[in-house]
Amino acid sequence: MSPILSSHDGEPHPDQPRKISCVAWLLAPPLLWMGAFFFLPLLLVLVISFASRGTYGGVEWSFSLANYATVADPLYLKIFLHSLVLALVATVLCLVLGFPLAYYIARLPVRWQGVWLLLVMIPFWTNFLVRTYAWIFMLRTEGLLNSLLIGSGLIDKPLEVLFSDTAVLIGLVYGYLPFMVLPLYAAIERLPRSVVEAAWDLYAPAWAVFWRVILPLTKPGVVAGCILVFIPSLGAFITPDLLGGARSMMVGNLIQHEYLVVRDWPFGSAVSFVLMGLVLTGLMAYLRTEETMNKPGEER
Amino acid sequence: MTDNHVELRDVVKRHGATLAVDGLSLEVGRGEFFSILGPSGAGKTTTLRMLAGFERPDQGDILIEGRSMRQVPPNHRPVNLVFQHYALFPHLTVAGNIAFGLEMRRVPTAEIQDRVGTILDMVKLRPKQDRLPAQLSGGEQQRVALARALVNRPAVLLLDEPLGALDQQLRLDMQVELKAIQEQVGITFICVTHHQEEALTMSDRVAVMNHGRLLQVGSPQEIYETPASLFVANFIGISNSLRGRIDRVDEANCLVRAVDLAGQPTLLARLPAGAGEGSPVTLLLRPERLCLSSEVRRSSYDNELPARISKAIYNGSGMQYQVALSDDLVWAARLSNSSSNQKRFLPGEAVFIRWNADEGVVLSE
Repeated sequence: MSPILSSHDGEPHPDQPRKISCVAWLLAPPLLWMGAFFFLPLLLVLVISFASRGTYGGVEWSFSLANYATVADPLYLKIFLHSLVLALVATVLCLVLGFPLAYYIARLPVRWQGVWLLLVMIPFWTNFLVRTYAWIFMLRTEGLLNSLLIGSGLIDKPLEVLFSDTAVLIGLVYGYLPFMVLPLYAAIERLPRSVVEAAWDLYAPAWAVFWRVILPLTKPGVVAGCILVFIPSLGAFITPDLLGGARSMMVGNLIQHEYLVVRDWPFGSAVSFVLMGLVLTGLMAYLRTEETMNKPGEER
Repeated sequence: MTDNHVELRDVVKRHGATLAVDGLSLEVGRGEFFSILGPSGAGKTTTLRMLAGFERPDQGDILIEGRSMRQVPPNHRPVNLVFQHYALFPHLTVAGNIAFGLEMRRVPTAEIQDRVGTILDMVKLRPKQDRLPAQLSGGEQQRVALARALVNRPAVLLLDEPLGALDQQLRLDMQVELKAIQEQVGITFICVTHHQEEALTMSDRVAVMNHGRLLQVGSPQEIYETPASLFVANFIGISNSLRGRIDRVDEANCLVRAVDLAGQPTLLARLPAGAGEGSPVTLLLRPERLCLSSEVRRSSYDNELPARISKAIYNGSGMQYQVALSDDLVWAARLSNSSSNQKRFLPGEAVFIRWNADEGVVLSE
């Protein structure tokens, strides 16, 4: 027993009050940290979102909903919609690319699984910004991709990939694929081989084995992976900024633009909160449907 | 056998450098309850997995209903497997698990309900059809696994250690139930087990394997009473053995000289095929076939050896004795508790072990 817990040996209930204070001491630092550096700034942003922009870019303290009304402007709604579509497509691409990879890794002998997982995580060893710059060199008109394609005779005019939605998608999928693979791997690794074999033995063709058994049983991993890819993709800022240019603006760029270029902090704050609201509502709606869907099984 | 339902022809399977199955040939008849018995690593599970189609033989062929299974994937084979740990689908109810195979074969919905209902009654799980596997006991899960396979009416049902995860009492009950179900449905059962009593109780025929090789095939009685090798004899129950040499041959009988015992006494036994005077042999005797007596009088038994009781164990239905014939040769003897005034022997007591020539098996080496 630890010295903290065993110091009151003779008393009738020595542990109870001690345990509580012990837990409090352990929780205090993270709670203080989160309060000071997450909750307070968030509150500040919320307050600012109801203020208005000063003439020279400062914040004029007044209460109005005008910033939120501006978000509803078709110009900005289009950016939201565009971000939503890009984030969705990136998530689906990550899922489609990540599932076979995760399945392959999860079925390797244990000692090889570690090697492959390390390979999946190696990109994190380099700064994200640097890696995104590298993609510019890959995708630009005289870049690696085009010289390879032209060199092999597949095309004769360079593809204009850089500064387009395609480039942003490539960047997003590249950046967030590991966040899809890891939870998928964890879920698949726990799926007993014999259950998959049982489906096969019971006349299921490959697609049915996947849809009826593998997918339902790895759903927690699929959901976790999708959330981990979708949310950062929706708020992505570096990738669309560097690879999308002016043609492919996402919400993250809009917020950055409002804060740093236009210096309209109140409007930038309002956009941030709408984005947060969207994500939260989406998650809540998902959890709600899950609950109602799971009920029949849990009743008994 | 005229009606070969399942046939293995010289099947070889390697796992890396080890030979998991080494030239196995077997024939299983229609409607037979056939068990493959052996210690772990004998190659029996690999054999079952090749029958199910999860593994392919490196050499040889497997025929089911006369058709080669070489190119047939598991989902097209007329067999179903009851997995060792059941491998039930955790997200489907009992009824959903059982209906899975029928749904995959696109059986009409009404017929699915019908057949699932019938099988649920057979395994006595109708009241629990809407439960998830996690909400069932081990025995119930075992019955779901059985029902999930049987409902498809496969040509052959494969069972991988079907009772391995059950506790002793349930295991005994299920042995009887499984055999009854097999007789009721008339499907060929091929069962893999390392549990000799299970194999003897349930099977029409038993194949004993070790190190990927087939050692003996026969009815439970043949396997138990006339084991073809020392390994089979020892694996199926306890055997007492004694090394010897054939001294004299007299028509169907022979005199075996016990070379390991003081004074090298001779014992009357049945002459094994292919043996003659001078052949080295091993004499095998089951513990329950021996008679113990402390009386010195001449008996009507063919053979008699002096010994000393070294341990006496009471186990309810009988007495188990360890009897020392010499310093390093100890036999087991089992006397059934068939009468209340039966003589009990105490450790240290001098006794005579007696038996008739018919009770022993002689293996020529």
